[in-house]
Amino acid sequence: MCLGVPGRVIEVNGWTATVDFWGVRKQVLLNIVDEPVAPGDYILNHVGFAIRRIPPESVAETLALYESLLADDDGDDLMTGDVRAEIRGTA
Amino acid sequence: MNELQFRDPQLARSMAATLERLTGEIGRRVAVMHVCGSHEQAIAKFGLRSLFPKSLEVIMGPGCPVCVTDTPEVDEGVVLAGQGVKIVTFGDMLRVPGTVKSLADAQAGGGDIEVIYSPMQAVDIARKTKGEVVLFATGFETTAVATAAVILGDLPANLSVLSAHKYIPPVMEIVAEMPESRIEGFLAAGHAATITGSDVFLPFVERHKVPVVVAGFEPIDILAALVELVELIHARTPRVVNMFPRCVTPAGNLAAQQQLFRVFRPVGGRWRGIAHVPNGNLRLRDEFAHVDARKRFTIDLPSLWDYAPPQFAGQCICGDIMAGIRNPNDCRLFQKECVPENPVGACMVSNEGTCKIWHLYGGVPDLEESA
Repeated sequence: MCLGVPGRVIEVNGWTATVDFWGVRKQVLLNIVDEPVAPGDYILNHVGFAIRRIPPESVAETLALYESLLADDDGDDLMTGDVRAEIRGTA
Repeated sequence: MNELQFRDPQLARSMAATLERLTGEIGRRVAVMHVCGSHEQAIAKFGLRSLFPKSLEVIMGPGCPVCVTDTPEVDEGVVLAGQGVKIVTFGDMLRVPGTVKSLADAQAGGGDIEVIYSPMQAVDIARKTKGEVVLFATGFETTAVATAAVILGDLPANLSVLSAHKYIPPVMEIVAEMPESRIEGFLAAGHAATITGSDVFLPFVERHKVPVVVAGFEPIDILAALVELVELIHARTPRVVNMFPRCVTPAGNLAAQQQLFRVFRPVGGRWRGIAHVPNGNLRLRDEFAHVDARKRFTIDLPSLWDYAPPQFAGQCICGDIMAGIRNPNDCRLFQKECVPENPVGACMVSNEGTCKIWHLYGGVPDLEESA
């Protein structure tokens, strides 16, 4: 699934960050991302790796798309399902 | 169209009107292709096809990594599981048909297969496992870069990688060169381009004189990218245009590309149902032969071939659908013998497969026709 999911960095420990995805906290690896990442930054997560640090000016509009998907909870929507699976880490 | 789904319905309508005007000026049918399951999900979910002009066809190409994983690649996983190796892979791969068996069939027959979400989990699983573990790694460059990072890390001695990773830019060349192809422009997937950069498409545009526009995933992003693409077709100015600059830069993520191509080299290989794609498969470089499952094990593929092939597989047209030559409604199995609960072809297995998306959102995703 190529949508990925954005989350807020809580803590950075070497190559691993603790990231909050709408209340779900997960470990995300920083081996791939090409900019330094610090607590408070938002990153785009794909299969457990940060693939991009989201520029601060783009955070609000990026989150809006995902929030509209997550609000649309009819149980079997494919996009919503993929985003939820990526948050749970079960995709 | 469900206007509540658009944050700016006014803008969506004005873009639809621009598309109508542009295709009217072109004065013939125009077909364009996107190569991303998430784009097809957004187009179907938000009913975008009902906004497109009748003369504009937006076709999903080979944008589902699970769907293009070739039958012999699934067979390799099935055989390894039968040889007593533990296989870890993504959940979507389990029900993808091989020549005679899927990984789910192998699991039902006693094979040790565990579903993972991230390639990194393979490392933890291997550490807890006594015997050999193989990461059956699938996906496009966005996922391959994660596998590369895992391989460059600290691998347990009992872990190896069976790479079925695919690389998108070369398959666009194949589609553009198909004699039946009517594709006059491509939408490129935003997040894959986050890794590769938009400049990766420059040689393709130079060779084929077909424009490429990088698109985001919001309904408005997709409409804006289509307006740009149809304008380029109209003006006969094939170029690469990045309409997703908040995520994609011309050069892309250089650190990721460096890891990707240090571990993998692009080699020619088959994509399920489509063709042999030169440079379309990502295989481990010789430097990483010690963690390459194809080098570590003798994979006895002929042991599978005593079985009869599945009944309907020969009628599946997944390949033509992914090449943009036919659509799911042209398939006699679609929504009859082939449904998500019991898929015949890979396009009905994955959430990113055209057939599953069309099945879920109502078969004919043209709301004007179905209203």
